[in-house]
This record gives sequence, structure tokens and C-alpha cells, in this order.
Amino acid sequence: MKKTYKIEVDCANCAAKMEDAAKKTDGVKDASVNFMTLKMKVEFEEDADVEKVMDSVFKACRKIEPDCEIYYK
Amino acid sequence: MTKKQKKNLIRIIISSVLMLLFLFLPFEGIIRLGLFLIPYLIIGYDILIKAGKGIINLQPFDECFLMSLATIGAIIIAVTTDGDYIEAIAVMLFYQIGEWFQSYAVGKSRKNITGLMDIRPDYANIETDGVIEQVDPDEVEIGSIITVQPGEKIPIDGIVTEGSSMLDTAALTGESLPKKVSAGDEVISGCINQNGLLRIRTTKDFEESTVSRILDLVENASSRKSRSEDFITRFARIYTPFVVFSALALAILPPLFSMFVLGQNGGWHNWIYRALTFLVISCPCALVISIPLSFFAGIGGASREGILVKGSNYLEMLSKTKTVVFDKTGTLTKGVFEVVSVEPEKITKEQLLSLAAAAEQYSGHPIALSIKKAAGNISAACANNIEEIAGHGIRAEVGGEIIYVGNEKLMKKIGVKFEKTDRSGTIVYAAKGNNYIGRIIISDVIKPTAKEAIRNLKKTGIKKTVMLTGDSTSAAEMIAGELEIDEVHCELLPADKVSEIEKLLEQKNKGESIAFVGDGINDAPVLTRADIGIAMGALGSDAAIEASDIVLMDDDPMKITKAIRISRKCLKIVNENIWFSISVKVICLVLGALGIANMWIAIFADVGVMILAVLNSIRCLMLKKL
Repeated sequence: MKKTYKIEVDCANCAAKMEDAAKKTDGVKDASVNFMTLKMKVEFEEDADVEKVMDSVFKACRKIEPDCEIYYK
Repeated sequence: MTKKQKKNLIRIIISSVLMLLFLFLPFEGIIRLGLFLIPYLIIGYDILIKAGKGIINLQPFDECFLMSLATIGAIIIAVTTDGDYIEAIAVMLFYQIGEWFQSYAVGKSRKNITGLMDIRPDYANIETDGVIEQVDPDEVEIGSIITVQPGEKIPIDGIVTEGSSMLDTAALTGESLPKKVSAGDEVISGCINQNGLLRIRTTKDFEESTVSRILDLVENASSRKSRSEDFITRFARIYTPFVVFSALALAILPPLFSMFVLGQNGGWHNWIYRALTFLVISCPCALVISIPLSFFAGIGGASREGILVKGSNYLEMLSKTKTVVFDKTGTLTKGVFEVVSVEPEKITKEQLLSLAAAAEQYSGHPIALSIKKAAGNISAACANNIEEIAGHGIRAEVGGEIIYVGNEKLMKKIGVKFEKTDRSGTIVYAAKGNNYIGRIIISDVIKPTAKEAIRNLKKTGIKKTVMLTGDSTSAAEMIAGELEIDEVHCELLPADKVSEIEKLLEQKNKGESIAFVGDGINDAPVLTRADIGIAMGALGSDAAIEASDIVLMDDDPMKITKAIRISRKCLKIVNENIWFSISVKVICLVLGALGIANMWIAIFADVGVMILAVLNSIRCLMLKKL
């Protein structure tokens, strides 16, 4: 399953870091962050609980980029 | 301006005013330090916090870390020497100004580009019992009737059932002339209805409609990264740690050397200052931001011209194109058969066309259709006893006389003497009774801009143009000759086209690419196989959009040159930015290490270079004159 989320982030480098962090999160099969359109595309594993996975994606991103935002709720 | 930008702007102003004010206060020592820490913390607190968090999370090597290290270092030097805090604050201040400018510029161009792509319709009108209701276009089922009022966007692809109007297709095709549509015409979503009320029967879901597909394509384009972007990402990854360790070495090794080897006092201040300058210069932001921005602007600008590029890697590849291979039908020619010549014998052209059209009046064959179309306004004669002679043609009675219309075989069969011609195309002969009355030549017509397009390609530096076609040699060579195409391969089956492309791919030089242009009908495999597949006028064909790398929204061959020029301009700007930023930084780094460059030059090397690079990449949006 794939979903697209609106995000807020300041610089291209930070966006790339968010992408890395999202990719490493459990339950995420693949992720890409588009800095220009400010969108994050997440492909989930088959039986993933989307809400929970996104919680941990958000946490991971906040860790590397304290003032980023993901609108997933 | 966003909230954050406003807040940061206020911080920048307050901090610079305070800094200048304190400059004139006569305090010394600890009070002076305390005073100057106020503007420093106002402008830099978030950077310091971020740097701290970075260290805690074991991700230390980012800009914030560099900036914090450099400014704290500068403050310490100031405390121990002359109390000149301006440099430390200025570094932070200008860094923030640079960040602010970057965020403003990126936001602005983002708005610009998404503004161009603002073709997403918000609603569809469904009429029930005379009342128009606005619904989410996602909920409209195939086959529903939707109403589009003047000034509204067509939300979903479909067929007009009622009404006629002029459509503004500029957002989709870049074509400024409006298109006239009336009942029975197919319309695509994203066009703006200019004057009349239209009722449309939808033929697709919203998600499958043109507008959704285009948006999807452009929005996903930047996830396919070009080699330049990859290079920058990798570069930044090794570059930052490298600079930090070099700075450390610069701060420690020379003083140690001078202390222990030369027996002097080491000059610690001097070397630490140089190391800090080094750190400020080194920020890679100019590259990290300007390269993706250039590609994004290039792709956005191209889509405004009706050229959809599926990824920045394709833009890069396209700029290296040296050979362009064309499919003939539908690409260089219109793909519709038209009467190109009427050559009557002893009667007038009108009479010949009218007789032939009368004989063919019930036939649905493409040849018959084109004759009837050409006869169009000429008052049609009436035909009786129409009889089709399979594989030969038609026999009919018009005005009491027997008329034969058909191919060479028909003429031979009825024993009429006729003149042969070596012209290419389909030739229809006609006879009245036993007398030959002339021939009509029908062929596919070359697009009006095709010749100029090929010439322009040559001017842009394309080395070779090739045409692939399933047509007979004579027809193909005539067209190639007229268009001045270098190489023709004819009588090809769809599978042969792939092997021809493969042959060309083997011959090409390294670093060059081969583009194939087709209309997506029968040539999807070739589109995939070529380095760059360009599909033309492909809005209707899913297979073509899927198989190609670049989609031209209308079918004008001139757009190919335009696409190539856009890609070259974009790549040129990218390279300019890469070389400009890296060389300024390297020069300043060397100057900094030698002690020639001070903190102010360092600030220029960081913020100034970034601003220049961002401004330069915005030029990618300006494509009108290409």
C-alpha cells in the first residue's frame, strides 16, 4: 500500500535525511521525500498498521530534524 | 511569507539593530560579553539547539554544527583577545539571512511551479432533476453526465454529448489557440471551458483521467534522480566530515609544529581563527539546494510548454542526445490519409472527385472516406446499383453511365487503358464505361512543421536523424528526401524497429544518447528500448505514457527541439552551479588556510555563493525564448 503525506521541512538536505530515516523504519517498504513538492510517499509492508508505522516514522524524522512536520493524522 | 519566515525576519532585524547599538556602548570585559551575547542568542539559539541535538543523536556533521562551532570559537577568541564580537554575530546573522533567503526563494519558485501545474479540478458538476450539484471528481462513475460551465475546468475525460464551446488547452499543451469542440468530440480533463455550456459523458475515472496522470507524473519526476544530484548527495556526505577534520588539523598541527619543532609560542589564536574561517566557508548548502532546484524548475518550466519529463535523469540524458530516430506515421506525418492530387483525363477535377465520391458513397474504407472528404463541398452526384468488386474496387451507375473506381487490377480487368504513375501513395483509378477518366492520389500527409523541426534539430547540433517505417521503400524515401532525413529504414515490422534501434545503440559513441520519437501506437517497445523515449500527442494512450520517458502533450514535432534545448539549458545551469560553488569554495578554503581570507570572505563564500546559485537555478524556469 502506498500513501502520500504533506510535510514541512526547511532544506533539501534535511529532506534527504528524512527520507533515509523513513526508509529505515520498521513496516516501511520504501519511502521517498520530494522537497520541492513537500510530499512524502511511503510504501508500507503488507500487514503494517499504517497509523503506528507513521508514528514511528514521524518520531525518527523528528530525531534527525527537530522542526520538521508530517501531516498524517 | 510563511509564519516562520516572518518570525526569522524579525529576529534578523532585532539582532542586527542590537549588534550595531552595542557597538557604540563603552563597556568592557564581562559586561561587553554579556551585552553581545543577547543579539547572538536571539539570532542563533535554534542553531545551537539543533547542533546540540545533533550531537546527542550522534548525527553531528551538519551545517548547524559547523555554524555553532565556528561562532562559539570566534566568541572565545574575542574574549581572550580584543573583544571584537562582531565577527561571531555576523557569521550567525548572515547564515540566518542566507537561510531566510533560501527558504523564501524556494517557497517562491515552488509556488511558481505548482501554480503552473494548478490544473487539478476541485469538483465536478452533476445535474440531477435540473439542479446542479458539486461533487468530488473522485466519486463520479464512468458514464455519468457532467456539466461544465463557462470558465470551469473539465474535471474528467469524456465525450461531449451536448453543447459546443471553445476550450483553452494552454495548461496542458502549451498551445495558445483555443480548440473548438461540439457534440461527439472527445475532450480531456484540465482544459478550461471558455464560453459555452457543455454536457460531457465521462469515459474514465478521475484517477485515470489526463489531469490526474499528468500531475502524478510531474510530482513524481524529482524522485528519479539525475547523476548530478547523486553526485552532490555523495559529495556532501564525505565533504562535511572531511572539512571538519581538516579544520581540526589546521587548528592543532601547525601550532604544535611551531611549538615543539621551531620552539616558538605556537600562535594558537591565529590558527584557530583560520580553522573557524575554514568551517564557515565549507557549508555545502549552495550545492545541496541549487541542483535539485534547477532540475525541479526545468521540469516545471518544461511542463508549462507541454513537455512532460518523467525524471531529472531523463532531462540529463536528453541533453546528451546526438541521434534522433523518428517513427514516420503519426510523428512526422499526420497519420491520416488525404487526397494529395487529383489528375483527371478530359474532365474537370471536380467532376472526377464527384463521380468517385458518388461511387464510394456507402463505403467506410479509409480511402473512400478521404475521397468523400475531399469531394466535401462539391454537389454529390447520385449513384445507383452500387456493386463492390472485392479486392478491386467499385462499379456503380451515376447519371445513367457506368463508373468504375478502383485499383490497377480493376482497370486491367475491365480492359481500360490507363496511365501508370510512379508517385507514392495509394492510387485510385476511375473509368466511365470504357474510357479512362483519371486518377486520384491519396497519401499520408507530412505535418506542416515537420521539415522545419528536422532543420532545427540539425541547428541544435543533432548529428543524425533516422526514420523508421513500415512503409514501402518508394513512399518512405520520398518523405525522407523532402524532410532531409539522413537515414531511412523501411518495410519494418514493429519487432524490426526494436532491432534497428539496437543496431544504432551499438554504434553510438560513449556519452551520447539516442532518442526515439513515436506516437505510442505499435512502438511502445521501441520507446522503452531507446535511451530516451519521447511519446507524441500521447495524452490518449496509456501504453505510450507508460513506455516513454518524455511525453509531448501535442503532436507538433517542433516540440522535440524545444525539449532538447530546455534540457541543455537546465544542465548547463546545473554545471555552472557545481563548478562555480566548488571552485569559489576551494579558492576560499585555500586562502583561509593561508590566513589571507578573513571571516567576512568566509561569509561570502557560504551565503553569497548560495544566493547566487539559487538565483541562477531559477533561470531554469525562463524557457519562453528557447
